[in-house]
Amino acid sequence: MLMPTDTSDLYEKRKGVFPKAVDGFYRRLKWAIMVVTLGIYWVTPWIRWDRGPYAPDQAVLVDMANRRFYMFDIEIWPHEFYYVAGLLVMAGVGLFLVTSAVGRAWCGYACPQTVWTDLFQHVERFIDGDRNAQVRLAKARWTPSKLARRLAKWSVWLIIAFLTGGAWIFYFADAPTLQREFWSGTAAPVAYGTTALLTATTFVLGGFMREQVCIYMCPWPRIQTAMLDEKSLVVTYKDWRGEKRGSVKKAAAHPGEFGDCIDCDQCVAVCPTGIDIREGPQIGCITCALCIDACDKVMAQVGRPRGLIDYCTQDDADAEKQGAAPRPVLKTLLRPRTIAYLLVWSSIGAAMLFALGARTRLDIAAQQDRNPIFVTLSDGAVRNAYTIKIRNMETRPRPMTVRAEGLPGALLWTDAMAREQARATVDVTVPPDSVAKLRLYAAVPAAGPQRQDFRFVLTATDREGGTASEPARFERPQ
Amino acid sequence: MADDKNPKIDAATGTQFKGHEWDGIQELDTPLPRWWLWTFYASILFAIGYVIAYPAIPMLNDYTRGMLGWSSRGALEQELAARADQVAPIHQAIAATTIEKLAGQPQLMQAAIEGGRAAFKVHCVQCHGSGAAGGKGYPNLNDDDWLWGGDLATIEKTLIDGIRNPGHDATRVSMMPAFGRDQLLTAPQVDDAVAYVRVASRQDKPSAAAQRGATLFADNCAVCHGTDAKGNRALGAPNLTDGIWLYGGDTESIHQSVWNSRQGVMPRWDDKLSPATIRMLAVYVHSLGGGEATLVEAAAAADNGVEGNVAQ
Ligand code: SF4
Ligand code: SF4
Repeated sequence: MLMPTDTSDLYEKRKGVFPKAVDGFYRRLKWAIMVVTLGIYWVTPWIRWDRGPYAPDQAVLVDMANRRFYMFDIEIWPHEFYYVAGLLVMAGVGLFLVTSAVGRAWCGYACPQTVWTDLFQHVERFIDGDRNAQVRLAKARWTPSKLARRLAKWSVWLIIAFLTGGAWIFYFADAPTLQREFWSGTAAPVAYGTTALLTATTFVLGGFMREQVCIYMCPWPRIQTAMLDEKSLVVTYKDWRGEKRGSVKKAAAHPGEFGDCIDCDQCVAVCPTGIDIREGPQIGCITCALCIDACDKVMAQVGRPRGLIDYCTQDDADAEKQGAAPRPVLKTLLRPRTIAYLLVWSSIGAAMLFALGARTRLDIAAQQDRNPIFVTLSDGAVRNAYTIKIRNMETRPRPMTVRAEGLPGALLWTDAMAREQARATVDVTVPPDSVAKLRLYAAVPAAGPQRQDFRFVLTATDREGGTASEPARFERPQ
Repeated sequence: MADDKNPKIDAATGTQFKGHEWDGIQELDTPLPRWWLWTFYASILFAIGYVIAYPAIPMLNDYTRGMLGWSSRGALEQELAARADQVAPIHQAIAATTIEKLAGQPQLMQAAIEGGRAAFKVHCVQCHGSGAAGGKGYPNLNDDDWLWGGDLATIEKTLIDGIRNPGHDATRVSMMPAFGRDQLLTAPQVDDAVAYVRVASRQDKPSAAAQRGATLFADNCAVCHGTDAKGNRALGAPNLTDGIWLYGGDTESIHQSVWNSRQGVMPRWDDKLSPATIRMLAVYVHSLGGGEATLVEAAAAADNGVEGNVAQ
């Protein structure tokens, strides 16, 4: 039981959890997921991606200083942050989808807290031995040999924690360079600070806090329990089949009196959060499914069918209690709610992909000077000034021209030119992957409407071409 | 497990009820984890440390200042001092570079424009307006019409010495007589002169009055404004044929100008601002869209000349 019945004490000491090693389908699945997720985490920053001479060659890079986010062929600018917002929305809907279909699968398989705790526990078994040895060692007095073991274990944890914290920073700078700087002591202080902080949190959360994080700190379980319904898969002890518990011997002596559970407590022994699933669904269960593996093994040994503990929905559990045959897991996945989530999720993804494919690689923005709005020139012409920003999202310099469409007689020049050089178009070469800022003057004869709407049209004059335009306004004195 | 007999114990968790109930929802007396208590103690320790290190407790006339001696005002001063240190070399460089040479150094030029923009907001907006668009009697600095000249060096000279700054010999002075008030011209003559100026600036069609005025203009005004009425920058005499009027180009305003004369003033700044600030102001004003390049080109030509000499 999670909570103590003894309420005389206001505070509860953490009970040691010494999960026993187990093998089986879900354990192997978890190994695979651990290898993949950790692999992604550690390898990604080191993948190179050629973007030409003007952009970094790191496949995934969050470039804070230059405010760019690179992900393989996709480059996100700050003004396109809605893609990141879209990804977050997808993550949210994805969580709904996964939770309504397979319950707390995130918690059980993919959550970093789970993955790193799992890794740390594996190290623990390697150094201290399995469950019983661990219990014995925990109870033992502090002898040099215990100290040696503890130091060995903590050192390995610390190394893993350091590799974990250290890997994070490589997502934010060129990895090989940063690594060189890191070891030569010339990296930015924030790199060392981040590494130290993440090393500490990994060490403490993975080594010592473990299930306490899931049970007390994390909001996920609360949110997820709220999102589960009676059609979501949860790890279920099939009490109608298991009760009344009794050993194989007793069952043989009294046929018909006992259920399938032989009360061997293997399910409890392997549980990483130290709970007993036979007490029913509870917030301490992260649905890692290791108790399923443990019980299946026991059932195989005693020659009873597997699945005394199994993934099962609340509805199916009720039906099975009434004698229905177990429903295949896959059948529980497709239902209106999950299909609706899936549709929402995939349409957001499709919309984002479409937007990514259709986005322009050049853009122009114009802001009219408001103070003064217009200036009368000595020859009687009226001048308006604009701050023009031209965005070149290609990683090469591009020649472009700007003209004023719908403003008859307009002559344009920039603050780097004399008015005598004013023409109907202004040429500008925009550096790669950057925004060029121009101060642009437009002069027209004094006669004309007080307010005149027109467009600045930007045309790329290289082979690829392309055009963008921006509405603007010209104003004259009354 | 389930304890139906004892209503004070929750059956599902075996935890005691607190006895509080809201619409059937009851509060359990679940114990907090012990480590949570340690984080609580740790935050208390942190708070004590903070109170010792930083300003914290208000007293009657003062407050506890903390061992580190930190204050938000002090932090601001530090930041300002750091900023001043940062820009000092730039200001030095600007002060050490003549304004003609400044144009050849885009980075310094850009820094000067920004510095000038800031100084303008403090010293100049009172008359010239925040957008430097001026007003009646206060020149618009955005346009291409200049009383004394619109190249960098001339603007800087105007800033240094001002216009009609009393008691300053180097100040710029132009003397427009009050033709009407001082009875240099009769009232009808003033009307005729005004009519001529209106025609010269192509605002009115030629008329008999304007024709009479042309003669008056040649005799009385052309000395400064030129026979073609295009003005003379050496004297600060405005061009009367263009579209820009400092005091208004309508008949009434021109009449006022001729009758009473105009004596606009601008203070000298060399006794109030540092040379670097004045230089930055000049560069900023020059950058507003009407700046003239003549002298810069002349300076460049001069530089080339010097190089040529060296080569010889
Ligand atoms: S009860 Fe079973 S599924 Fe839940 S956390 Fe424990 S071992 Fe994992
Ligand atoms: S592992 Fe299976 S058989 Fe053993 S106690 Fe748990 S539910 Fe019963």
